[in-house]
Amino acid sequence: MKAVEIHNIYKSYKEVKALSGINLQVKKGELFGLIGPDGAGKTSLIRILATLLYPDEGQASIFGWDTIDEFREIRKIAGYMPGRFSLYQDLSVEENLNFYASIFGTTIKENYHLIKDIYQQIEPFKKRLAGRLSGGMKQKLALSCALIHKPDILFLDEPTTGVDAVSRKEFWEILKSLEQVGITIIVSTPYMDEAELCDRVALMQQGRLLDVDTPANIIGKYDHDLYAVESKTLHRLIKDLRTFDKTTSAFPFGDTVHLATNETFRRQELDKFLSGKGHENITIKPIEPGIEDCFMNLMRRQNDQ
Amino acid sequence: MTNKNIIEVENLVKKFGKFTANDQLSFNVKKGEILGFLGANGAGKTTAIKILCGISAPTSGKVSVAGFDAVKHPERIKQNIGYMSQKFSLYDDLTISENFRFFGGIYGLSRKQIRQRTGELLQRLDLYDYRNRILRSLPLGWKQKLAFSVAIMHDPQVVFLDEPTSGVDPITRRQFWELIYEASEEGKTIFVTTHYMDEAEYCDTVSMMVAGQIRAFGKPRELKEEYDVASINNLFIKLARN
Amino acid sequence: MKRFLAFVKKEIQHIFRDTRTMLILFGIPIAQILIFGYVVKNDVKDVQIAVYDQSKDEYTRQLTNKLTSSGYFNLNRELKSMKNIDRIFKEGEVKLVVVYENNFSKKLHGENNAAVQLIADASDPNRANLITNYSAAIIRDFVKEEFNIDQLPFQINSEVRMLYNQNLASVFMFVPGTMALILMLVSAMMTSISIAREKELGTMENLLVSPLRPTQIVIGKVTPYVLLSIINAITILILGVFVFGLPIRGSLTLLMLESVLFITLSLSLGIFISTMSPNQQVAMFISLFALMLPTLLLSGFIFPIENMPRVLQWISVIMPPKYFIVILKNIMLKGTGLAFVWKETLILGAMTTVFIILSVKKFKLRLE
Repeated sequence: MKAVEIHNIYKSYKEVKALSGINLQVKKGELFGLIGPDGAGKTSLIRILATLLYPDEGQASIFGWDTIDEFREIRKIAGYMPGRFSLYQDLSVEENLNFYASIFGTTIKENYHLIKDIYQQIEPFKKRLAGRLSGGMKQKLALSCALIHKPDILFLDEPTTGVDAVSRKEFWEILKSLEQVGITIIVSTPYMDEAELCDRVALMQQGRLLDVDTPANIIGKYDHDLYAVESKTLHRLIKDLRTFDKTTSAFPFGDTVHLATNETFRRQELDKFLSGKGHENITIKPIEPGIEDCFMNLMRRQNDQ
Repeated sequence: MTNKNIIEVENLVKKFGKFTANDQLSFNVKKGEILGFLGANGAGKTTAIKILCGISAPTSGKVSVAGFDAVKHPERIKQNIGYMSQKFSLYDDLTISENFRFFGGIYGLSRKQIRQRTGELLQRLDLYDYRNRILRSLPLGWKQKLAFSVAIMHDPQVVFLDEPTSGVDPITRRQFWELIYEASEEGKTIFVTTHYMDEAEYCDTVSMMVAGQIRAFGKPRELKEEYDVASINNLFIKLARN
Repeated sequence: MKRFLAFVKKEIQHIFRDTRTMLILFGIPIAQILIFGYVVKNDVKDVQIAVYDQSKDEYTRQLTNKLTSSGYFNLNRELKSMKNIDRIFKEGEVKLVVVYENNFSKKLHGENNAAVQLIADASDPNRANLITNYSAAIIRDFVKEEFNIDQLPFQINSEVRMLYNQNLASVFMFVPGTMALILMLVSAMMTSISIAREKELGTMENLLVSPLRPTQIVIGKVTPYVLLSIINAITILILGVFVFGLPIRGSLTLLMLESVLFITLSLSLGIFISTMSPNQQVAMFISLFALMLPTLLLSGFIFPIENMPRVLQWISVIMPPKYFIVILKNIMLKGTGLAFVWKETLILGAMTTVFIILSVKKFKLRLE
């Protein structure tokens, strides 16, 4: 049995289409990522799976339980962490955790082993009101609360948005360790670089799936030649590369420009072109695409259609 | 980029009770420079930005923005800066041109100036034909670009951008940065915060705050060499973890 | 049960950590009662009266004397006829006209019965109410002192006439009214806001994905407010009795039971409002405009229902406080029992049932 099965789900809010025909399966024990910008439909999809929202059309099930008819069963076995920090800000860390433990009919003690690694990091502040925690600590507390009843499946809606790079890294380390315990995890994120930390990902854009696969396979399907081009002036380099007649796309990535092309050309040819435009310190090297390159490629293709 | 300093900060200290949010910050930003202002959550970035914008007064130290002292003339600073954040954006229930008219009015632009700037900026975004559309129905990426255009409408010398690209798709995010580059080429100084570390590399200069202090300040390439890291992301992790 | 207790504990922590909530819960009721008390205690002082004395004998002079020496009333002028009363009131200075009938002393001795008429300017009904009650009380005192007997066989019939507003209710009206108002405020508004807050802050999402049932969530949220409202009801009664000498002539147990019924009704209204409000602001707005204003204006608290336009009278029929005020008045002031208020009790009970069913039905197990 699959952990999650989604058949042809549609959802819209008035005139805005949030989800348009989503089909997806997640295996037991997988760390599955929903990757996409705001407005891709990630939150709607997670809410439907967490039994918080009815789809307009289609059907979804969690471990065989239907999200509409058997939602009570799902609520017993699922943990959910909403996108917005939504614990009680006027209760302390410990009071929050105790409260969530008791509404699920359990205690902190009973499942302490599960949250130990995370909770220990915030335990020194357990008397502090949740509203006064830093962003990273809030996320850890929220995750502890979502885990306290030992769920079989965990839905995390953008847990790392607005969190700094260090806390994000720590958070993903925690997710990896939870995967080891056998918990199925569905996590959404707008940060493309986090895709590579998932077992499988769904790339989402405007309510549709661009692709669903392992990060490696998605990268394998990239169908352009990709070069990282560097020169002294980044901004002018982007503009000039777009005028190069063999360029499919040119976008900045860090301190380089990723140039995608379908036509073969010799590097000297481009070097000459750029030198002619007055660029200095030019380097051109072929590179492997990342998920973000793939995403942008798929996005452009969808827009062209 | 010229050699004229637009932002000058010297020994800026801001305390809240016993807590020191900004500890002896000193740095200069030049005209037309793009400064990436990075730091962990709670490192004191927001506090510093508020002081630079003239919203909050420093406990001690000297701050001058666009030639005006932040303590003595905060209202003069406000006339000369633009501000955009992920939280503060335009009015959802007004049309694009109504938003431009409103914010232009706030900064005291004449009707003629407003009409002219609106036309210019919308044409640059290729959104002139949509000027009578209600904002709510537009995609997030467009809204962010519009919000940026509104922030530079009164031709400020400095633009503060607080996580302007948060949640925006990868292509639009890059298009947004092209707008930033254009503004910088016009001579505007850009002060930007972001959680996308690749964006830090697009900046002329980055500043890395940890626990109220600036731990690293310089050109991305030089910083990476100095700390022997492959990316600004790694530099961030290296500095913030210690 | 453990879940339930955890919920109640959490709710109490919220209440006690928020000064604003505490203020609404305990500050406003006390302040409101005391403000009304202040108004009542001090309003009748140096009120200008006019006297039309048709007999001018020993008793009428003594009586006028007693009225003016009480500190409450000042004799503004003596009248020669009834004709000018309307004009005098319109001038605005004189608030009460005392009219003694002809041969007052003689009648009092001969027939043991004499009439004095009190005519009040009731354009301000509450004040008129107070004034006439004070003057009537002074007249009663006078009879008692003078003849050392309660009323019989000697009797002065004080006939009260309210000009401009004929059917005034009792002077103690405001305590039952305030009680209804405060219980409504605390119970309905606070619960609706506290549930709406969970929605607004997103914590409702966390509760919804838990195995808690809607009734568990609702009862858990509401219980602390039931307790607090009961405490409030008792506070108001104690203040009423000791500050204003409000009588409680009927059964205290019945009074408390009726209060609990009304509290439950208000709470269910609060829950109902919260199911329609996405955030605290909307909840507050609906509570104020759908509950508070009608309670103030349409329940007979301030303006007598009998004098309202027909349409407003119909609307007042669905105002729960109206029935509660009737019940309170009956029990406290008239000392009647359930036999006299069963109809109102039944109506309140029915309303409670309807709103509980509606709110549990409307309470969404999902987000919008």
